[in-house]
Amino acid sequence: MIRSTILAALVAGGTLAGSTAGLLAAEFEAHIEDVAFPFEGPFGSFDRNQLQRGLQVYQEVCSACHGISQVYFRNLGDTGGPELEEEQARAFVAMYEVTDKETAETRPATLADRFPPNMGVGAPDLSLMAKARSGFHGPYGTAINPLFKGVGGPEYIHSLLIGYTGEEKEEAGEVYYENTAFPSQWIKMTPPLSDDLVTYTDGTPATADQMAQDVAAFLMWTAEPKLNARKEAGLTAILFLGILAVLLYYTNKRLWAPIKRQA
Amino acid sequence: MAGIPHEHYEPKTGFEKWLYSRLPIGGLIYDALMIPTPKNLNWMWIWGIVLAFCLVLQIITGITLAMHYTPHVDQAFNSVEHIMRDVNGGWALRYLHANGASLFFIAVYLHIFRGLFYGSYKAPREVTWIIGMLIYLAMMATAFMGYVLPWGQMSFWGATVITGLFGAIPGIGPDIQTWLLGGPAVDNATLNRFFSLHYLLPFVIAGLVIVHIWAFHTTGNNNPTGVEVRRKDIETAKKDTVPFWPYFVIKDLFALVVILAVFSAIVGFMPNFLGHPDNYIPANPLSTPAHIVPEWYFLPFYAILRAITFDVLFLDAKFVGVLCMFGAIAVMALAPWLDTSTVRSGKYRPMFKWWFALLAIDFFVLMWAGGMPPEGPVPIISLLGTIYWFAYFLVVLPLLGVLETPLPQPATIEEDFDSHYPPSGPAAPRAPDLSATPAE
Repeated sequence: MIRSTILAALVAGGTLAGSTAGLLAAEFEAHIEDVAFPFEGPFGSFDRNQLQRGLQVYQEVCSACHGISQVYFRNLGDTGGPELEEEQARAFVAMYEVTDKETAETRPATLADRFPPNMGVGAPDLSLMAKARSGFHGPYGTAINPLFKGVGGPEYIHSLLIGYTGEEKEEAGEVYYENTAFPSQWIKMTPPLSDDLVTYTDGTPATADQMAQDVAAFLMWTAEPKLNARKEAGLTAILFLGILAVLLYYTNKRLWAPIKRQA
Repeated sequence: MAGIPHEHYEPKTGFEKWLYSRLPIGGLIYDALMIPTPKNLNWMWIWGIVLAFCLVLQIITGITLAMHYTPHVDQAFNSVEHIMRDVNGGWALRYLHANGASLFFIAVYLHIFRGLFYGSYKAPREVTWIIGMLIYLAMMATAFMGYVLPWGQMSFWGATVITGLFGAIPGIGPDIQTWLLGGPAVDNATLNRFFSLHYLLPFVIAGLVIVHIWAFHTTGNNNPTGVEVRRKDIETAKKDTVPFWPYFVIKDLFALVVILAVFSAIVGFMPNFLGHPDNYIPANPLSTPAHIVPEWYFLPFYAILRAITFDVLFLDAKFVGVLCMFGAIAVMALAPWLDTSTVRSGKYRPMFKWWFALLAIDFFVLMWAGGMPPEGPVPIISLLGTIYWFAYFLVVLPLLGVLETPLPQPATIEEDFDSHYPPSGPAAPRAPDLSATPAE
């Protein structure tokens, strides 16, 4: 009885494996391109100019539909972020109005406020998007790619922003755009970027690819604002633990030498 | 107290004598630190210290995190982001705590598999082993409830799936599930009780750890040969052992520091590698993630849970899966009575070695299967892995004791040690023990 069940399961498993493999071959597979961001690796850190460009892209393009409601305006001046000068930050915040928590009235935003949530068209908040998506998996269910390339959230954002093929389709009154990076192939977001959509003040050519990289880096900062401090702390800890390990190694060797008759 | 004969604490100064006659804590600390420890312990005997460190690390970071965390469905997710952004060093606390759980489980699995290979579970150490299994169960409960607290998508759906297991119990299941959750579904009541229990259980673990240490301080440590320390008298025992302080304290500290350097690299450079991206999305009861997967350290047992895809007699497949998952740990706990071999250490068991290696591979295969979507060959691989897991404990261990011819074992620990470090070495004076003893 049990043996026949196992046998049946084996056969069923085999057929299933075959049919799934066949299905997968025909299925759409999202493609995420690896990008060498300056904040990657043990010695990486955010590039202040890139974060400022990314902030500009967010402000002029993304913020029409998306919010970054975890971020305070004051964070724009924080070390390890876009590091806006105080006047720049004040000029920036002057563009915003927020709903006061206590009076429930609309008033001009201050540096002590967060970016207001943007629920208008149901677009997701982007504060944590760079950590809430992954770009790299596998191969074969192992975690080897993310081990070497990183989890790939910023890469996902970059690939998504430049992944439009130009194809569109209408379903149930909604327009969907084909995107090579989107897991289900068809996305509701209209293609947001085109060359020279924004004008960078630092003279960087504003290609769609450049803007996508810059805003992906900016969103990594909104998701992980303490990244620079974290990597510094990691390096410092490894340095000191390394020294301590060497000292303990020789202490241990010396201590055991008479026991092991190596003195 | 039973155990290996050794010199006991003698209060020397006036204060020590005064305190000793009122509270013999000096004796307790001295005897615990100076316990005679087999001098041939290898590097697989360091995990206990790593585990003790993990428990302390988790309690300290956890208590500090709790000062800034809000256990409410509307605020939990944002309070974790508040810790990450606005609390001084909050990001470090949270990443240490989250990755500390992973270090804890890496260490506990290596500790358990060391015990399985060297037969540390065998008489007279069964109680140490059983307490250890209870600690492991409490760790799993603590880790599971801790993962729910950030109230991300995986928190919510993980909690829904795992508490649903109790709902699979025939008859009373749904009532038990409701009772556990504090309502019909995972909600604020669930989050609150999980926070409360997540705070409580580490102290239960700490209590169990003390009993675990007490038990093996009574029996003495096992060692790679599995041969017992000679207990005729203090002098003979000293030929097989060295005191825990300073020899193993320094050795273990060295190992701990090396491991912490690797741990620092993970926390500093890739703190989210072992987590799941979906947990950075706030919990949403209306949107189910494509693949709900538990944390990596639950994957082998999650695979066993999912391996049962068919009803057995009148029992529902899901319930049989639950039984298998808990049974997988129960059979491990019963190893002291299932293993019939008179030889303790796997080093001297030529057939056992291969079956043990297969068990270790099986563990990784199950871990892989638990992380994959249950389609294609995954369910059948999970089932085969589950069958071997049970077969190892229920069939292989009892039979090997009868079928296997063990290799010759060294007569004493001293003999084993001397074969690695020959006494004929360059001008070898006998080891000066810390407590200067007269010649034998």
